[in-house]
Amino acid sequence: MPTAYLPVLIFLMVATAFGIGALVIGELFRIKRPYRDKLMPYESGNAPVGEPRIRFSVKFYIIAMLFVVFDVEAVFLYPWALVFDRIGLYAFVEMIIFIIILLVGYIYAWKKEAFVWD
Amino acid sequence: MTGLFEAIVGPGSLDYIINLVIMLIIILLKIAAVVAVALLHVAYATYFERKVIGHMQLRLGPREVGPLGLFQPFADGVKLFFKEDIIPADADKPLFYLAPVIFFISALTSLSVLPFFDGFAVANINIGLLFLFAMSSLGAYGIVLSGWSSNSKYAFLGGLRSASQVISYEIAMGLSLVGVMMMAGSLNLSDIVRAQQHYPLGLFAVPQFLGFFVFVVAAFAETNRLPFDLPEAESELVAGYFTEYSGFRFALFFLGEYTGMLIMSAIASLCFLGGWGLPSFVTAGLPVVAAKVLGLFWFLAKVYAFMFFYYWVRATLPRYRYDQLMAIGWKLLIPLALANIVITGLVKIWIKGMV
Repeated sequence: MPTAYLPVLIFLMVATAFGIGALVIGELFRIKRPYRDKLMPYESGNAPVGEPRIRFSVKFYIIAMLFVVFDVEAVFLYPWALVFDRIGLYAFVEMIIFIIILLVGYIYAWKKEAFVWD
Repeated sequence: MTGLFEAIVGPGSLDYIINLVIMLIIILLKIAAVVAVALLHVAYATYFERKVIGHMQLRLGPREVGPLGLFQPFADGVKLFFKEDIIPADADKPLFYLAPVIFFISALTSLSVLPFFDGFAVANINIGLLFLFAMSSLGAYGIVLSGWSSNSKYAFLGGLRSASQVISYEIAMGLSLVGVMMMAGSLNLSDIVRAQQHYPLGLFAVPQFLGFFVFVVAAFAETNRLPFDLPEAESELVAGYFTEYSGFRFALFFLGEYTGMLIMSAIASLCFLGGWGLPSFVTAGLPVVAAKVLGLFWFLAKVYAFMFFYYWVRATLPRYRYDQLMAIGWKLLIPLALANIVITGLVKIWIKGMV
């Protein structure tokens, strides 16, 4: 029975209520005087030029993909780290092999200049 | 009455429901206490920061509102609460409304697993550390959505930068704590604190100095603080992803950011600096309650020392360029963290003679 997680769920609800509640209650007190110039996106005083959602560097996609690979690696390491004491050398050797395989990909990404921004 | 109730729902069910209600009330009281205390601390963290930075720059910091400017955080809060909530005309409204709330919720909910003193945590779950990582990842959604929905170039670029920065340093941070997990054999934060008592000085920062270094750098980047505050660099992007936010929605971002700093400081304190664990010769003669109160203050002292370090670094170091930021994250911290894991494993095998 995962009762230990019940407080987390309640905490989540309290936090949500706090965040949304403060905004909703504040709505009653706030002044509202919108006009056209105030509602324009801020662009250092000029009228906005062109589309705000501009094309951006492909590097961001590469970083996102690499993140998935390495974060999954980190998550694989967690259970291994927890039982390391009980399994010992066997676990260590296996994890070294796992890390070496990842290291090959890491070196490949490095050589392909995935981490270089210019 | 009792008999009738039990006849309908089943024998013994009334006791069960009463116990459940009592349990819920206790949980709610704990949550109320933690949230109230944490938000008060966050409010005064801003005051603390302005005072520290002020004195480091030979200024006085806030001093007009109340004695020594002590009511400044409340004045700021009231101002933000009553300020106009401007929503840009072309903004993606549902996402624009939601983004600061997501950011704030994810930061605040992280507080639920922190043990403030021996035996006190709102939720003493056995994956505490993993939960903290999960929540800090959720915070990135708030940043990305706010950047996307604002329909402003500054916000868009800030959101993009922040997303890639947060996910890059998340890996380094996740790996830097694997050494701690290996030494403690647990993800439960209370167990990690207890495990540190068996080590010299009662802290993991000595044997895990490499992990601690990686963690500290990654913690600064994760919370978008100087010297890694690229996503909100004033001189380039005005305010980054929350450029278009005003009033209380801005306040939610602000609260979320400072709560995030508080949580990073708490993780550093719990996982590397010994948390509330006092040496046994101090606690030996004390009654249990006094020992716990002392532990709480010991824990808070470390949290505040780490917060002070945040401000100190902010006043000292200039901002990195974006290519430097990515180079540090990917080319320095990740190899260092992996090396730390391998070294920790080797040393453990050597000490235990498991070969």
